[in-house]
Amino acid sequence: MRKYILAAVFAAILPVAGPAGAHDYKAGDLTIGHPWTRAMPPGAKVGGGFLVITNDGDTADTLLAVTSPRADRGEVHEMAMDGGVMKMRELETGLEIPAGATVELKPGGYHIMFMGVTDGFKEGERVPAVLVFEKSGEVAVEFSTSPVGAKDMPHKHGQTN
Amino acid sequence: MRAIRWTAWLLVVLVAGITIAVLVSDDAREAVLGTPGDGPGIASVGGPFEMVDHTGETVTEADFLGKPSVYFFGFTHCPDVCPTTLYEMSTYLGELGEDADKLNVAFVTVDPQRDTPQVMSDYISPFDPRIVGLSGSPEQVEAMTKAWRVYSRRVDQEDGEYTMDHTATVFLMDANGRFVGTIAYGEADDIALGKLERLVEGSAS
Repeated sequence: MRKYILAAVFAAILPVAGPAGAHDYKAGDLTIGHPWTRAMPPGAKVGGGFLVITNDGDTADTLLAVTSPRADRGEVHEMAMDGGVMKMRELETGLEIPAGATVELKPGGYHIMFMGVTDGFKEGERVPAVLVFEKSGEVAVEFSTSPVGAKDMPHKHGQTN
Repeated sequence: MRAIRWTAWLLVVLVAGITIAVLVSDDAREAVLGTPGDGPGIASVGGPFEMVDHTGETVTEADFLGKPSVYFFGFTHCPDVCPTTLYEMSTYLGELGEDADKLNVAFVTVDPQRDTPQVMSDYISPFDPRIVGLSGSPEQVEAMTKAWRVYSRRVDQEDGEYTMDHTATVFLMDANGRFVGTIAYGEADDIALGKLERLVEGSAS
Protein backbone atom coordinates (compact mmCIF):
# COMPACT_ATOMS: atom_id res chain seq x y z
CA MET A 1 0.00 0.00 0.00
CA ARG A 2 2.81 2.36 0.94
CA LYS A 3 4.35 1.78 -2.45
CA TYR A 4 1.16 2.91 -4.16
CA ILE A 5 0.95 6.07 -2.08
CA LEU A 6 4.60 6.82 -2.81
CA ALA A 7 4.05 6.24 -6.50
CA ALA A 8 1.03 8.53 -6.42
CA VAL A 9 3.06 11.21 -4.66
CA PHE A 10 5.84 10.91 -7.21
CA ALA A 11 3.33 11.12 -10.03
CA ALA A 12 1.80 14.23 -8.51
CA ILE A 13 5.04 16.14 -8.07
CA LEU A 14 6.66 15.20 -11.36
CA PRO A 15 7.01 18.14 -13.70
CA VAL A 16 5.00 17.76 -16.89
CA ALA A 17 7.61 19.01 -19.31
CA GLY A 18 10.96 17.27 -19.55
CA PRO A 19 14.17 19.29 -19.67
CA ALA A 20 15.93 19.99 -22.92
CA GLY A 21 18.17 17.13 -23.93
CA ALA A 22 16.02 14.51 -22.24
CA HIS A 23 15.76 11.18 -23.99
CA ASP A 24 12.86 8.78 -23.65
CA TYR A 25 12.31 5.12 -24.49
CA LYS A 26 9.02 3.35 -25.14
CA ALA A 27 8.31 -0.32 -24.47
CA GLY A 28 4.69 -1.34 -24.67
CA ASP A 29 2.80 0.73 -22.11
CA LEU A 30 5.98 1.87 -20.42
CA THR A 31 7.83 5.11 -21.02
CA ILE A 32 11.33 5.34 -19.62
CA GLY A 33 12.41 8.92 -19.16
CA HIS A 34 15.98 10.12 -19.31
CA PRO A 35 18.19 7.48 -17.73
CA TRP A 36 21.23 9.17 -16.18
CA THR A 37 24.17 8.31 -14.01
CA ARG A 38 27.11 10.15 -12.53
CA ALA A 39 30.78 10.17 -13.32
CA MET A 40 32.48 7.90 -10.82
CA PRO A 41 35.47 8.98 -8.73
CA PRO A 42 38.68 7.16 -9.74
CA GLY A 43 38.79 3.62 -8.39
CA ALA A 44 35.10 3.56 -7.53
CA LYS A 45 33.47 0.21 -8.28
CA VAL A 46 29.81 1.15 -8.00
CA GLY A 47 27.58 3.75 -9.59
CA GLY A 48 23.97 4.80 -9.22
CA GLY A 49 21.52 4.92 -12.12
CA PHE A 50 18.41 7.09 -12.17
CA LEU A 51 15.37 7.33 -14.45
CA VAL A 52 11.62 7.83 -14.50
CA ILE A 53 9.22 5.04 -15.49
CA THR A 54 5.62 5.77 -16.46
CA ASN A 55 3.12 2.97 -16.91
CA ASP A 56 0.19 4.00 -19.13
CA GLY A 57 -1.23 0.47 -19.16
CA ASP A 58 -4.00 -1.19 -17.18
CA THR A 59 -1.77 -3.64 -15.36
CA ALA A 60 1.25 -3.26 -13.15
CA ASP A 61 4.71 -4.13 -14.38
CA THR A 62 7.87 -4.75 -12.41
CA LEU A 63 11.47 -3.70 -13.04
CA LEU A 64 13.31 -6.90 -12.16
CA ALA A 65 16.93 -6.36 -13.10
CA VAL A 66 19.40 -4.29 -15.07
CA THR A 67 22.35 -5.48 -17.08
CA SER A 68 25.16 -3.51 -18.66
CA PRO A 69 28.35 -4.49 -20.45
CA ARG A 70 30.05 -1.94 -18.20
CA ALA A 71 29.10 -3.63 -14.91
CA ASP A 72 29.31 -7.16 -13.52
CA ARG A 73 25.83 -6.74 -12.15
CA GLY A 74 22.97 -4.29 -11.86
CA GLU A 75 20.47 -4.30 -9.05
CA VAL A 76 17.41 -2.28 -8.16
CA HIS A 77 17.92 -0.70 -4.76
CA GLU A 78 16.03 1.39 -2.31
CA MET A 79 17.88 3.87 -0.16
CA ALA A 80 16.27 5.01 3.05
CA MET A 81 17.36 7.32 5.83
CA ASP A 82 16.60 5.97 9.27
CA GLY A 83 17.45 8.38 12.09
CA GLY A 84 20.44 9.78 10.20
CA VAL A 85 21.58 6.31 9.11
CA MET A 86 21.74 5.60 5.39
CA LYS A 87 20.44 2.12 4.59
CA MET A 88 20.53 0.55 1.19
CA ARG A 89 18.68 -2.59 0.22
CA GLU A 90 18.18 -4.57 -2.91
CA LEU A 91 14.51 -4.82 -3.84
CA GLU A 92 14.43 -8.61 -3.95
CA THR A 93 11.18 -8.81 -5.86
CA GLY A 94 11.92 -5.83 -8.09
CA LEU A 95 10.34 -2.40 -8.29
CA GLU A 96 6.66 -2.41 -9.13
CA ILE A 97 5.32 0.20 -11.54
CA PRO A 98 1.58 0.26 -10.82
CA ALA A 99 -0.93 0.75 -13.65
CA GLY A 100 -1.24 4.42 -14.52
CA ALA A 101 1.58 5.42 -12.20
CA THR A 102 4.95 7.08 -12.57
CA VAL A 103 7.84 5.91 -10.44
CA GLU A 104 11.00 7.96 -10.18
CA LEU A 105 14.42 6.51 -9.46
CA LYS A 106 16.43 9.42 -8.11
CA PRO A 107 19.20 10.27 -5.64
CA GLY A 108 18.08 9.58 -2.11
CA GLY A 109 15.43 7.04 -3.10
CA TYR A 110 15.09 4.15 -5.51
CA HIS A 111 18.09 3.70 -7.78
CA ILE A 112 19.81 1.22 -10.01
CA MET A 113 23.12 0.12 -8.59
CA PHE A 114 25.80 -0.80 -11.10
CA MET A 115 28.26 -3.07 -9.34
CA GLY A 116 31.67 -4.36 -10.28
CA VAL A 117 32.40 -1.50 -12.68
CA THR A 118 36.02 -1.69 -13.77
CA ASP A 119 36.06 1.15 -16.29
CA GLY A 120 34.44 3.99 -14.31
CA PHE A 121 31.73 6.08 -15.94
CA LYS A 122 33.05 9.39 -17.26
CA GLU A 123 31.24 12.69 -17.57
CA GLY A 124 29.51 13.13 -20.92
CA GLU A 125 29.60 9.51 -22.03
CA ARG A 126 26.59 7.26 -22.55
CA VAL A 127 26.46 3.98 -20.66
CA PRO A 128 24.48 1.23 -22.44
CA ALA A 129 22.23 -0.96 -20.33
CA VAL A 130 19.21 -3.24 -20.60
CA LEU A 131 16.27 -2.89 -18.23
CA VAL A 132 14.44 -6.15 -17.63
CA PHE A 133 10.71 -5.88 -16.91
CA GLU A 134 8.44 -8.72 -15.85
CA LYS A 135 5.85 -8.02 -18.56
CA SER A 136 7.43 -5.64 -21.04
CA GLY A 137 10.61 -7.68 -21.30
CA GLU A 138 14.00 -6.23 -22.10
CA VAL A 139 14.42 -2.56 -22.97
CA ALA A 140 17.78 -1.28 -24.20
CA VAL A 141 18.59 2.21 -22.95
CA GLU A 142 21.58 4.53 -22.56
CA PHE A 143 22.39 6.36 -19.36
CA SER A 144 23.84 9.83 -19.91
CA THR A 145 26.57 10.74 -17.45
CA SER A 146 26.46 13.83 -15.19
CA PRO A 147 29.49 15.22 -13.36
CA VAL A 148 30.76 13.50 -10.21
CA GLY A 149 28.33 13.85 -7.32
CA ALA A 150 25.75 15.74 -9.38
CA LYS A 151 22.28 15.80 -7.93
CA ASP A 152 20.57 15.90 -11.26
CA MET A 153 20.65 14.78 -14.84
CA PRO A 154 22.98 16.39 -17.37
CA HIS A 155 21.89 19.45 -19.34
CA LYS A 156 19.01 20.18 -17.03
CA HIS A 157 17.77 23.71 -17.49
CA GLY A 158 19.04 25.95 -14.71
CA GLN A 159 21.73 23.57 -13.58
CA THR A 160 24.83 25.50 -12.57
CA ASN A 161 27.48 22.89 -12.13
CA MET B 1 17.45 23.45 68.43
CA ARG B 2 17.39 27.13 67.51
CA ALA B 3 20.71 26.73 65.70
CA ILE B 4 19.38 23.84 63.63
CA ARG B 5 16.32 25.85 62.64
CA TRP B 6 18.49 28.77 61.52
CA THR B 7 20.72 26.48 59.54
CA ALA B 8 17.71 24.90 57.85
CA TRP B 9 16.35 28.30 56.85
CA LEU B 10 19.75 29.37 55.58
CA LEU B 11 19.87 26.26 53.39
CA VAL B 12 16.40 26.96 51.99
CA VAL B 13 17.42 30.49 51.04
CA LEU B 14 20.68 29.27 49.52
CA VAL B 15 19.00 26.58 47.43
CA ALA B 16 16.29 29.00 46.28
CA GLY B 17 18.96 31.57 45.32
CA ILE B 18 20.98 29.09 43.30
CA THR B 19 17.84 27.77 41.61
CA ILE B 20 16.80 31.28 40.56
CA ALA B 21 20.32 32.09 39.39
CA VAL B 22 20.48 28.92 37.30
CA LEU B 23 17.11 29.67 35.78
CA VAL B 24 17.90 33.26 34.80
CA SER B 25 21.61 33.27 34.11
CA ASP B 26 23.56 31.24 31.56
CA ASP B 27 26.83 31.91 33.40
CA ALA B 28 25.45 30.61 36.67
CA ARG B 29 24.09 27.56 34.89
CA GLU B 30 27.48 26.74 33.46
CA ALA B 31 29.14 27.26 36.85
CA VAL B 32 26.71 24.93 38.59
CA LEU B 33 25.87 22.39 35.91
CA GLY B 34 28.98 22.60 33.76
CA THR B 35 29.28 23.36 30.06
CA PRO B 36 26.95 21.24 27.95
CA GLY B 37 28.86 18.18 26.85
CA ASP B 38 31.32 18.34 29.75
CA GLY B 39 29.28 16.41 32.24
CA PRO B 40 29.99 12.71 32.68
CA GLY B 41 26.34 11.87 32.15
CA ILE B 42 26.02 13.76 28.87
CA ALA B 43 26.77 11.98 25.61
CA SER B 44 29.88 13.35 23.96
CA VAL B 45 30.83 13.18 20.30
CA GLY B 46 34.44 12.97 19.24
CA GLY B 47 37.65 12.26 21.08
CA PRO B 48 41.12 10.85 20.57
CA PHE B 49 41.80 8.81 17.44
CA GLU B 50 44.69 7.44 15.42
CA MET B 51 44.05 6.93 11.72
CA VAL B 52 45.93 6.85 8.42
CA ASP B 53 45.27 9.67 5.96
CA HIS B 54 45.02 9.28 2.19
CA THR B 55 48.73 10.03 1.77
CA GLY B 56 49.60 7.12 4.07
CA GLU B 57 50.56 9.30 7.06
CA THR B 58 49.40 8.41 10.56
CA VAL B 59 47.31 11.21 12.01
CA THR B 60 45.68 11.76 15.39
CA GLU B 61 43.11 14.15 16.83
CA ALA B 62 46.01 16.50 17.67
CA ASP B 63 46.55 17.13 13.96
CA PHE B 64 43.00 18.46 13.74
CA LEU B 65 43.17 20.88 16.69
CA GLY B 66 43.72 24.62 16.27
CA LYS B 67 41.16 24.83 13.48
CA PRO B 68 37.49 23.84 13.52
CA SER B 69 36.96 20.47 11.87
CA VAL B 70 34.28 18.84 9.78
CA TYR B 71 34.01 15.05 9.83
CA PHE B 72 31.73 12.81 7.81
CA PHE B 73 31.70 9.05 7.43
CA GLY B 74 31.11 6.83 4.42
CA PHE B 75 32.76 4.34 2.07
CA THR B 76 33.82 4.22 -1.55
CA HIS B 77 31.46 1.38 -2.61
CA CYS B 78 28.62 3.81 -2.07
CA PRO B 79 26.58 4.80 -5.12
CA ASP B 80 24.71 7.80 -3.84
CA VAL B 81 25.13 9.42 -0.43
CA CYS B 82 28.93 9.46 -0.17
CA PRO B 83 29.78 11.00 -3.56
CA THR B 84 26.88 13.42 -3.05
CA THR B 85 28.17 14.52 0.35
CA LEU B 86 31.71 14.89 -1.02
CA TYR B 87 30.36 16.91 -3.93
CA GLU B 88 28.24 19.14 -1.69
CA MET B 89 31.12 19.66 0.71
CA SER B 90 33.37 20.63 -2.21
CA THR B 91 30.75 23.15 -3.33
CA TYR B 92 30.51 24.66 0.17
CA LEU B 93 34.29 24.89 0.47
CA GLY B 94 34.40 26.58 -2.94
CA GLU B 95 31.84 29.13 -1.77
CA LEU B 96 33.73 29.75 1.46
CA GLY B 97 36.79 30.46 -0.67
CA GLU B 98 39.89 31.25 1.38
CA ASP B 99 37.87 30.90 4.59
CA ALA B 100 37.74 27.17 3.84
CA ASP B 101 41.48 27.09 4.61
CA LYS B 102 40.50 27.79 8.22
CA LEU B 103 38.76 24.40 8.42
CA ASN B 104 39.88 20.78 8.49
CA VAL B 105 37.55 18.55 6.48
CA ALA B 106 37.79 14.77 6.76
CA PHE B 107 35.98 11.99 4.93
CA VAL B 108 36.30 8.94 7.19
CA THR B 109 35.73 5.44 5.83
CA VAL B 110 33.60 2.94 7.72
CA ASP B 111 34.93 0.21 5.39
CA PRO B 112 38.67 -0.11 6.07
CA GLN B 113 38.78 -3.57 4.52
CA ARG B 114 38.25 -2.18 1.01
CA ASP B 115 39.14 1.48 1.55
CA THR B 116 42.90 1.52 1.85
CA PRO B 117 44.65 4.92 1.92
CA GLN B 118 45.39 4.51 -1.82
CA VAL B 119 41.73 3.79 -2.61
CA MET B 120 40.73 6.83 -0.53
CA SER B 121 43.31 8.97 -2.30
CA ASP B 122 41.95 8.05 -5.74
CA TYR B 123 38.36 8.38 -4.67
CA ILE B 124 38.61 11.89 -3.24
CA SER B 125 40.81 13.22 -6.05
CA PRO B 126 37.96 14.83 -8.07
CA PHE B 127 36.74 16.74 -5.00
CA ASP B 128 38.05 19.80 -3.15
CA PRO B 129 41.75 19.17 -2.37
CA ARG B 130 41.24 20.42 1.18
CA ILE B 131 39.24 17.27 1.97
CA VAL B 132 41.34 14.64 3.74
CA GLY B 133 40.53 10.92 3.48
CA LEU B 134 40.92 8.93 6.69
CA SER B 135 41.30 5.17 6.83
CA GLY B 136 43.14 2.77 9.12
CA SER B 137 43.01 -0.68 10.60
CA PRO B 138 39.57 -2.11 11.40
CA GLU B 139 40.31 -1.47 15.10
CA GLN B 140 41.30 2.15 14.48
CA VAL B 141 38.20 2.79 12.39
CA GLU B 142 35.97 1.11 14.93
CA ALA B 143 37.42 3.21 17.75
CA MET B 144 36.83 6.42 15.81
CA THR B 145 33.29 5.60 14.73
CA LYS B 146 32.52 4.65 18.32
CA ALA B 147 33.87 7.96 19.64
CA TRP B 148 31.74 9.85 17.12
CA ARG B 149 28.73 7.66 17.89
CA VAL B 150 28.55 6.75 14.23
CA TYR B 151 26.49 3.69 13.41
CA SER B 152 27.88 1.41 10.74
CA ARG B 153 26.97 -2.13 9.84
CA ARG B 154 28.13 -4.48 7.13
CA VAL B 155 25.25 -5.90 5.07
CA ASP B 156 26.27 -8.99 3.12
CA GLN B 157 24.96 -9.59 -0.36
CA GLU B 158 24.38 -12.86 -2.19
CA ASP B 159 27.58 -12.84 -4.25
CA GLY B 160 29.97 -12.31 -1.35
CA GLU B 161 30.03 -8.56 -1.83
CA TYR B 162 28.67 -6.27 0.83
CA THR B 163 27.39 -2.80 1.41
CA MET B 164 27.48 -0.65 4.52
CA ASP B 165 24.67 1.03 6.42
CA HIS B 166 26.12 4.09 8.06
CA THR B 167 25.36 7.40 9.72
CA ALA B 168 25.26 10.07 7.01
CA THR B 169 25.45 13.05 9.37
CA VAL B 170 28.23 15.67 9.02
CA PHE B 171 29.83 16.50 12.40
CA LEU B 172 31.11 19.99 13.25
CA MET B 173 33.82 20.35 15.89
CA ASP B 174 35.45 23.51 17.23
CA ALA B 175 39.19 24.26 17.26
CA ASN B 176 39.49 22.44 20.59
CA GLY B 177 37.93 19.29 19.18
CA ARG B 178 34.64 19.82 20.94
CA PHE B 179 31.42 18.87 19.22
CA VAL B 180 29.38 21.94 18.27
CA GLY B 181 26.75 20.70 15.82
CA THR B 182 25.79 18.69 12.76
CA ILE B 183 24.65 19.05 9.19
CA ALA B 184 21.98 16.47 8.47
CA TYR B 185 21.81 14.51 5.22
CA GLY B 186 19.65 16.45 2.78
CA GLU B 187 19.87 19.72 4.72
CA ALA B 188 19.25 22.80 2.54
CA ASP B 189 22.43 24.18 0.95
CA ASP B 190 22.09 27.70 2.40
CA ILE B 191 21.57 26.35 5.93
CA ALA B 192 24.53 23.98 5.62
CA LEU B 193 26.73 26.77 4.27
CA GLY B 194 25.59 29.08 7.09
CA LYS B 195 26.63 26.47 9.65
CA LEU B 196 30.09 26.20 8.09
CA GLU B 197 30.44 30.01 8.00
CA ARG B 198 29.57 30.19 11.69
CA LEU B 199 32.03 27.39 12.40
CA VAL B 200 34.78 29.44 10.72
CA GLU B 201 33.73 32.62 12.54
CA GLY B 202 33.77 30.79 15.85
CA SER B 203 37.44 30.06 15.32
CA ALA B 204 38.24 33.74 14.75
CA SER B 205 36.74 34.98 18.02
